[in-house]
Amino acid sequence: MNAAHPVDPAIEIHDLRVALSGVPILRGVDLSVAPGEWVTIIGPNGAGKSTLLRAIGGLVAFTGQIRLHGVPLGRLSRRERARLVATVPQNPEIPPGMAVLDYALLGRTPYIRTLGRESAADIEIVERVLDRLDLLPFAGRPLETLSGGERQRAFLARALAQGVRPGPADGPEHRQILLLDEPTSALDIGHQQDVLDLVDELRGTERLTVVSTMHDLSIAGEYADRLVLLAHGQGVAAGTPDEVLTEETLGAHYGARVRVTRGEHGPLVIPVRTSTRR
Amino acid sequence: MRHKDTHLRPSRLTAGAFAAGAGAVVAATVLGLALGPVSLNPLGVAAEVLNLLPGVDIPSGLSTQEAAIVTQLRLPRVVLGLIVGAMLALAGACYQGVFRNPLADPYLLGVAAGAGLGATVAVALGLSGSGSGPGGLVPAFAFAGALLGVFLAYGLGAVGTRVRTPTTLLLAGVAVVAFLTAIQTYVLQRNVETIREVYTFILGSLVTTGWAEVRLALPYALLATIVVLAHRRELDVFSVGDEEASSLGLHPHRSRVILLVAASLGTAAAVSVAGLIAFVGIVVPHVIRLVAGTSYRIILPLSVLFGGAFLVVSDLLARTVLAPSELPIGVITAFLGAPFFVLVLRTAKRVGL
Repeated sequence: MNAAHPVDPAIEIHDLRVALSGVPILRGVDLSVAPGEWVTIIGPNGAGKSTLLRAIGGLVAFTGQIRLHGVPLGRLSRRERARLVATVPQNPEIPPGMAVLDYALLGRTPYIRTLGRESAADIEIVERVLDRLDLLPFAGRPLETLSGGERQRAFLARALAQGVRPGPADGPEHRQILLLDEPTSALDIGHQQDVLDLVDELRGTERLTVVSTMHDLSIAGEYADRLVLLAHGQGVAAGTPDEVLTEETLGAHYGARVRVTRGEHGPLVIPVRTSTRR
Repeated sequence: MRHKDTHLRPSRLTAGAFAAGAGAVVAATVLGLALGPVSLNPLGVAAEVLNLLPGVDIPSGLSTQEAAIVTQLRLPRVVLGLIVGAMLALAGACYQGVFRNPLADPYLLGVAAGAGLGATVAVALGLSGSGSGPGGLVPAFAFAGALLGVFLAYGLGAVGTRVRTPTTLLLAGVAVVAFLTAIQTYVLQRNVETIREVYTFILGSLVTTGWAEVRLALPYALLATIVVLAHRRELDVFSVGDEEASSLGLHPHRSRVILLVAASLGTAAAVSVAGLIAFVGIVVPHVIRLVAGTSYRIILPLSVLFGGAFLVVSDLLARTVLAPSELPIGVITAFLGAPFFVLVLRTAKRVGL
């Protein structure tokens, strides 16, 4: 369809620098994410992973360049940006008493004119999203009564509702960018897989581009097309999971002793205790 | 799937809840007009009020004198009660939403302390007896003081931080309250003979001199109501916090300033004509939150209605319980409000503590 033109990357970042309260967090990051790709940012604590996501989401001041589908981030209005990029933070706020349906409807904010309210079309869109995520039976339940896995799906529902443009779905492919900050950190291993399988599936059906951060390296490698290893605010390795998840690289940047073995869907990283027995 | 056929209903103000609120306002108004030193037939009172509308002429069965009590003495007072109660409850709900703090009240940002100082200065300068009635220039000074308090809080909250968070505003409010209260205490100590008059103002009262107070408060009350109600969906978005609201396309800092200015203006107007009436701003929104729902699309409009009704009923108690002498209305609202406050604390999990 779009073979005539080379497609703009969904995200293109050049020499991104972010300082929070004067402390440099990101120190010259470059990154390019193709439409439809899933890129996972890994790295030790404090490497700047979350800050990178927040910068892409337009939530922190930065220098350097961030382009979304070819458009500089600064040139997008808040609402345009919100239609393009949805963020699921690591610990989303849970408004007391708010039902799942109302929570997902918050995702329609960038389509509702200032001081307006949701249209019937917005409610229909959210209904479809909730159905897609098997959340319809929970629509009337307060968010705080949901289990961790159900809640994670509700967060995703709000984010997905943010990307659905009204009218017929004939827009360019893989338009919406989904930023997931540690989407599985609160979940047990089974629900981790459920949520990530769901995200992977949605990436296809809802034509998403996904950038996530993750601590579990094996899982990161299994689901992402590419990994970017961040350390001290700089990208130190990038490539396929096989290229990034090596014993030497992880040892150098995490200060960890690991064994990497081949798994069915990518390398598996097993932490190994440093021998202390004398 | 069985749930496919059910129609999804987002949280909205239902017609039933709105009717209940409107009913409360009507009932409180009729009671407030009918009861007092002279008790009148409620139906006659209702007819007399309707007769004020052009083209309406219903025989009310009230004497000319009784009709005058209703329309000239009690009606301004009841209308003022509706306005002040509505403002305090609306501003309280608005502050709770903006600060995402269930204990926020309309006096949070120095409005009350500023108004108290303004009133104290007016009384100390001997400006309370002259002018257009018993209040004299007290309302004008209280209004100016309330605005001064709020703008000091904004000003201080903005200093030293590039990003003005709700917390810095709150802390600035605390500082402003302490500062203004200190000045007020100083002025009081220098003018001990004014304490009684200032005390009366601080406890609040809906004593009116015709329609003057209503005319003073109404424009600000209307403006505040329109602005705050227009933001009711945004206040729901606020509930996920600044950063997430921002990622949803909202401009949280701008919306917050607009909302706080509007709510503070409304509060300042209410305080300047009725003094510091406690607890309405906390009690009313929380009852609504517990009973009707946590969406601000429900809480805000119902706060306007029930806030007004609550204050008119409180005023009715204030002027009848110890008749012929009158209790300060702040005593009644606090007497009803304080136990309720404890109840809110006990159920705090449901209101977001």
